[in-house]
Amino acid sequence: MFFDPTILQSGQYHDWLVQGFFLSIQLTVISFAFALPFGALVAVMRTSTSAPMRAAGATVVEAIRNVPLLAHLLFWYFAFPELLPESAREVLYANNPEVICAVIALSLYAGVHMAEDIRSGIRAVPATQLEAARSLGLGRVAAVRLVLLPQALRASVPPLLSQTVNLWKDTSVATVIGAAELMYQAARVETASFRSLEAFTFATLAYLTVSLVISLLAHLFQRRYPVRTA
Amino acid sequence: MLELIDTYWLYFLVGQYPEGPLGGLVLTVLLSGAALVLAMPLGLALGIARVSPYRAISLPVAALVQVVRAVPLLLVLFWVYFFLPAVTGVKTSQATTMLMVLVVFDSIYLAEIVAAGMRALPRGQLESARSLGLGYGAALRHVVLPQTLRHGLPSIVNQLVSTIKATSLGYIIGLSEVSFIATQINTLVFTRAVEVYLILALTYFVLCFGLSRLAFLLERRLQRRPAQAS
Repeated sequence: MFFDPTILQSGQYHDWLVQGFFLSIQLTVISFAFALPFGALVAVMRTSTSAPMRAAGATVVEAIRNVPLLAHLLFWYFAFPELLPESAREVLYANNPEVICAVIALSLYAGVHMAEDIRSGIRAVPATQLEAARSLGLGRVAAVRLVLLPQALRASVPPLLSQTVNLWKDTSVATVIGAAELMYQAARVETASFRSLEAFTFATLAYLTVSLVISLLAHLFQRRYPVRTA
Repeated sequence: MLELIDTYWLYFLVGQYPEGPLGGLVLTVLLSGAALVLAMPLGLALGIARVSPYRAISLPVAALVQVVRAVPLLLVLFWVYFFLPAVTGVKTSQATTMLMVLVVFDSIYLAEIVAAGMRALPRGQLESARSLGLGYGAALRHVVLPQTLRHGLPSIVNQLVSTIKATSLGYIIGLSEVSFIATQINTLVFTRAVEVYLILALTYFVLCFGLSRLAFLLERRLQRRPAQAS
C-alpha cells in the first residue's frame, strides 16, 4: 500500500472530490445565510418580554436541538415531500431535492444553535445599559440598535463562528440523503477505486483547513474586538 | 400511528434481537453509555495533561484537541471503517467501529470539560493541598479532581446527549441503531414515512431533552451549594 498523489491531481477522482468540496462550501454558505436570520429571530423571541413568545422560542430550540441532524435529514428527505401537494412535490423532485432538503435541515439545526449564542450575547449586556440608553431619551428601537446590539454582537461573534465550524462539519452528514458533497464523493472514490487512503486524506485536509481558518478568524476577531465589561 | 407502534415497537427497541444482533434504541443507548464510560479514563488523562505546567505535555494535547474538533466525526468513522481493515487485515464490525470513534471523540470533549473545570478551580486548592504535604498526584486525586468532576457533572451529562446524537451517524456505515431501524421500518411499511420519522424524532427528543433537563437540574443544585473555599 502506498500513497498515490496523482489521482488527487487530475482525472475523474480528482474532479469528483473537487466537486464535492465546492458543494460542501455551497451548503455551508447557503445554510448559514438562512440559519443566521432564523437564529436571530428565535433569539429575539427567547428574550422577549411576552411569555408566550418566550415559550414558543424555547419550544422551537428544544424540539430541533434534541434530535440528531441525521434524523432531521431523514425526515426532510423521506417524509416532508409526502406532506407537499402534488405540484410542489414535482417542483422539488425536479430541482435537486437532496441539496434542498439538506439546506432546510442544516439551516434549522444550525439556526437554533446560533439562536442560543445570540441569546447569551444579548444576556451578557447588563440590563442597566438599555435602561440608561432609554433614560437618555433614545427610543426602544434606537436603544436596541445603538446600545444593545453592538455590545451583544461583540460577545456573540466568536461563538457564532465556532457554530459555523460545526455547520461546515455537519454538511458531511448530508451524505445520508445522497447530497453529493465532499464526504459522499470521498466514499464514492473509495467504492470505485479502493483508494480510500488518497480520498480520505483529501477530505481530511479540506475539512481541517476550512475549520482551522474559521477558528483563526474567531481568534482574530476576539483580539480586535475584546468584550468590554461595563 | 398507534397501529404502526403496535406492530413494530419491539423491532424499534431491540432490532432483530434475539434472532439477530442487538439493534434499535437499546443499541443506541448502550453504545452511547459505553462510549462515555470507556472515554472517561482517557478523557481524565488528557484533561490533566492539557493543564499541565509543562508545555511539552500540554501543547501536543492542545494540538490533538484542535485537530479532532476540526474534522467531522463521520470522516473519522470512514477512516476507521474503510481504511483501518486494509492496514490491520481484520474487518471490524460496525458496532466496534462506532464505539472506537465515539470513545476518541468523547475523550477529547471530556478532556476539555476536565481542563475547564481544573482551570476554574481556585489555585489555592492545589497550593494548600501541596503545602499540607500531598504530592502532585495525591493532591489531584484527593482535592482537585473530586471538585472538578462534581462541577463538571452537568457537562458530562450533556456530553452523553451529544454522544446519543452522534451514534445516529452509525446509520451511514449500516450500524443497526435506532435511525437505521426506523428507515428499515419505513421501507417495510412504505407509505407512512411521516409517521415513522416523527416517531423517531420524538424518541430522540424524549431521551435527549430528558437528559439535558437532568443536566440543568444538576447545575442548579450545584449552584445552590454554599461557595467552596476560595
